[in-house]
Amino acid sequence: MKQSERIAGNVAGYIDDRTGAAGWAKKNLTKVFPDHWSFMLGEIALYSFIILLLSGTFLTFWFDPSQQEVVYNGSYAPLSHVTMSASYASTLHISFDIRGGLLMRQIHHWAALIFLAAIVVHLLRVFFTGAFRKPREANWLIGIGLLTLGIVEGFLGYSLPDDLLSGTGIRIAEAIIQALPVVGSYASFFAFGGAFPGHVFIPRIYIVHVLLLPGIFLALITVHLMLVWYQKHTQYPGPGRKETNVVGYPLMPVYMAKAGGFFFIVFGLTAFLGAVASINPIWLYGPYTPGQISAGSQPDWYMGWLDGLVRMAPPIETHAFGHTISWNILIPGLIIPGILFTGMALYPFIEAWISGDKKEHHLLDRPRNVPNRTALGAMSLSFMLISLANGGNDIIATHFHLTINGIMWFTRFGLIIVPPIVFVITKRICLSLQRADREIVLHGRETGRLVMTPDGEFLEVHEELSAEKKWTLTQHLQPTALTAPGEDINGVRSKAAGLKGKLRARMSLANAEQVASPTEREARQLESGHH
Amino acid sequence: MNARRFRRQKFAGPILVVAALLTIGSAFSIASALPSAQKSEVSAQSTLVDEGKQIFLKGCASCHGLNSEGGAVAPSLIGVGAAAVDFQVGTGRMPLANMSQQAMRKAPLYNPTQVAALGAYVSSLAPGPATVDPASLAWERDGNVAQGGELFRTNCAMCHNFAAQGGALSNGKYAPTLMGVEPKHIYEALITGPQSMPKFSDKTITPAEKLSIIKWIKSANAEPAIGGASLGRVGPVTEGLLVWTLGLGLLIGVAVWLASKAR
Amino acid sequence: MSTEINKFERFEDPGLPAHVLRKTDTDPIAANRAERQVAALFLLSALGTIGTIASYIFIDSKKFIYLPILGDTNAQQLALGTGLAASLFFIGIAAVHWAKTLMPDEEVIAERHEFRSSDEDRADFVSTVKDRAGAAGLGRRSLIKRSMGLSLGLVGLSPLLLLRDLGPLPKNQLATTSWAAGVRLVTDPGNRPIKPSDLEVGAVAQVLPHLPVGTERTLENIGKDAVLLIRLRPEDFNLNAQRLSWTYDGIIAFSKICSHMGCAVALYEQQTKHLLCPCHQSTFDVTRAAKVIFGPSARPLPQLALQLDAEGYLIAKQGFTEPVGPSFWERNSA
Repeated sequence: MKQSERIAGNVAGYIDDRTGAAGWAKKNLTKVFPDHWSFMLGEIALYSFIILLLSGTFLTFWFDPSQQEVVYNGSYAPLSHVTMSASYASTLHISFDIRGGLLMRQIHHWAALIFLAAIVVHLLRVFFTGAFRKPREANWLIGIGLLTLGIVEGFLGYSLPDDLLSGTGIRIAEAIIQALPVVGSYASFFAFGGAFPGHVFIPRIYIVHVLLLPGIFLALITVHLMLVWYQKHTQYPGPGRKETNVVGYPLMPVYMAKAGGFFFIVFGLTAFLGAVASINPIWLYGPYTPGQISAGSQPDWYMGWLDGLVRMAPPIETHAFGHTISWNILIPGLIIPGILFTGMALYPFIEAWISGDKKEHHLLDRPRNVPNRTALGAMSLSFMLISLANGGNDIIATHFHLTINGIMWFTRFGLIIVPPIVFVITKRICLSLQRADREIVLHGRETGRLVMTPDGEFLEVHEELSAEKKWTLTQHLQPTALTAPGEDINGVRSKAAGLKGKLRARMSLANAEQVASPTEREARQLESGHH
Repeated sequence: MNARRFRRQKFAGPILVVAALLTIGSAFSIASALPSAQKSEVSAQSTLVDEGKQIFLKGCASCHGLNSEGGAVAPSLIGVGAAAVDFQVGTGRMPLANMSQQAMRKAPLYNPTQVAALGAYVSSLAPGPATVDPASLAWERDGNVAQGGELFRTNCAMCHNFAAQGGALSNGKYAPTLMGVEPKHIYEALITGPQSMPKFSDKTITPAEKLSIIKWIKSANAEPAIGGASLGRVGPVTEGLLVWTLGLGLLIGVAVWLASKAR
Repeated sequence: MSTEINKFERFEDPGLPAHVLRKTDTDPIAANRAERQVAALFLLSALGTIGTIASYIFIDSKKFIYLPILGDTNAQQLALGTGLAASLFFIGIAAVHWAKTLMPDEEVIAERHEFRSSDEDRADFVSTVKDRAGAAGLGRRSLIKRSMGLSLGLVGLSPLLLLRDLGPLPKNQLATTSWAAGVRLVTDPGNRPIKPSDLEVGAVAQVLPHLPVGTERTLENIGKDAVLLIRLRPEDFNLNAQRLSWTYDGIIAFSKICSHMGCAVALYEQQTKHLLCPCHQSTFDVTRAAKVIFGPSARPLPQLALQLDAEGYLIAKQGFTEPVGPSFWERNSA
């Protein structure tokens, strides 16, 4: 014990002599992290990224990112002597002739799907709890950047083996590039080094996949985490939790053990999936050639919504002055995703503008207390889910005995009709939940126990909430609508400011729609009324 | 019902006579062309045609017409050959259980002898592709699995999916899975083009190539779960589903346990 | 703007609830049990590693075993994976269990500092920036400011220019194929020429152009040249005179490269005579010159004009009269 303490002291002394880090380290080793399961979602993404780096490095030792044609003579008999690209052949080699190669491929692919799924649920948690508010807007933007790059990175990785399914995906990506007005065909020829599919695309996206994007990821993730560290984590409201403090466990040892342990758990579960569930069986897809196709050609799930949008797009092209504009590709492939991601990125600023809220926020919102935001989130989610469902319409059709045409029409209309309905319903649900909170705070919890009064009347016993619970349900501040803006003292307003101001006032009014939070005075009045 | 029975009775007589004449005629013409040693076989053939006709009139004529000329809901069978009959009836697709839906593979209603009789009758109407003799399909010996795979991916995968699991067609139709389909039925489907499926002529896909396709399908069917549970071999949809259910479910479950206080 | 109208009427924050001791805090037996549990979990991980090593060395990589749900599974892949999974998973479970049961679980409170600096600091900062910028003369020396703007605006162009050689100019490559008058149709795969009699009514064939001897067929060629040949009854067609003249005795040929996004449209439904693209489900009516009847594609598939050569084989009467495949900016036809 003495011995080990002395060694630890020596090491710390050695480092501090050279960096002066003791002060910083002392403070940060006791840094407090709030504990909640939903705060682990981002960690799942982080750990999946590390798993991707490790398993991906393993794969690069054998993967040959080349589109040179080779004749396969490995151990998978059904493809024996088939002409294919070197990247496809080397992926077969990893799968069948490297012990644990297929396992690593599957871990890599499952980790990629988990990585993006975890980013999405993490994003949803941050959105619905309002964790993106001041001072964390920049970190929200970095997060959106990571999601966007993650989708691109995933697509490139899926494309590398050059199998029939992923080649079809590249073909579609090429069609999107080709559809760009004015520069499309040039951009396509530059990207593919000539006509599709060419011989340079896989090598090029390989270096982007294994070097450029992971590098950007590392940089962005570092800044993302440093900001979390520096700004301290948000926390859920509750007794003792204030905007001015953070309640939780110190980094050393509790959080280190939990977060470190969770890395191994995520890795272990991913390895388990890699062991028991087949993913991307490229040997069955066959090598890519533009003349072949499989029924049910889909991208991975994170691109599925895009594919669904492309499928349901109306058949519109403009032909004028000797030029063609493919709206059927541009609208679902670029314009709608562009609007969605831009809107998502700008949302913190839009919300702050509408609410006029300029304060720092470290306590999270309960989603019901911000009905507009929650409804908007649910609405966007329904939009994405409908698109995603249409991306798998052929599989849904065969497995549930529906028709692809029926699903297509349903989603075409559903995409426009369902999200607004979801908005309205979600907002109503939020307000009802607020009402329920109010009831339970003022009248207590229904116990289901009946008592008879001396008059022979039956009453249900209501159990008063604990002070902690009451505080949790009432601690939030309710927004008020902004007053009519832009009016000067004479009631004259400039037209431009008036329109913008009016819009803002209208949205602010909607934003402020709340069921009044119960007050202690109300509770007291009720109390005295009872007696 | 009564009307149909009436009609059947009304036409049954003359048709029987015509059919009998045809049968006798064709039997005679075949018989006269054959050496006498095979006479007994020929008469067996003609009884087979008769038997097939009886089955046809009972089980098929209501839709396909008494003369197999087809009707509002069913195609003509003149010239489709015994191969089509063997495929449709032998895989249980015909007779249809339900008019509204696509003919599905199910337990055949007729036994092989009856199917052969039906085939003999239909091919007696006009020549067509003959039933494929399973013994003649030496796909295990003559097929080339890699070539079969290439042919399958070019000609079949767009409907039946990359692993022969089937896929969606327009308006609720579908290409069925090829798992567990008998080689002779695959071969017959290729040459007769049942339902939505087009025909693949012997000149564009040679008989040898067809054997290769069969060999590849059989190899894909028999392929073990190399990487673990196959998830239906329908591509990324089920993979995504598994990640969002089992994958994230387990991870979030652990996160909830991790963040909960110990007692 | 949040208001605090009910500031004085709000419920009160009762403060952090009192810390509740765990069983392991009060009961040494429970604590020892927890310690043993953690140790057992670490040992399970070690067993997992040993299992992984053993399966790498001892299990034949060609051996398959039957398991329910999974089916016939490769024994080594499964053993390696589950071993690895166990070795990792149990380290994590052990660490978390350790943290939860034996490490201090009293919540601590840390104060936050407001990020906003003091007013003086902010004012100082602004004046410093102004002062320093003034020292550089940015405000005064507009010539420098403008020329710097120009150079910074332009400097990004050279690296962009250097990307120019990523690929050749498209020229008319998107609009051309290997098809031309007199080119024979050959089967894909197989490379055999086709006679009309080779196709029965209801038959299809995947075809490519016959390339001159010595020319290698590239994927780039296939990506533009792939054609689907279909034979219908001539009376099934509903075509104008020109398009009808492009067919031969019920045989009609279309580009197999989808006019939407370039997938292979080869899914022919013999009864409805529809072609369906499995990627985005554009549906084309073969009897009406591949008119789009459903889905996102905005244009019919280009039709290839057919005729017979002297030996009776099918040949192209001419090349495609329009570009095949997805649309692009320079495409000049409806």
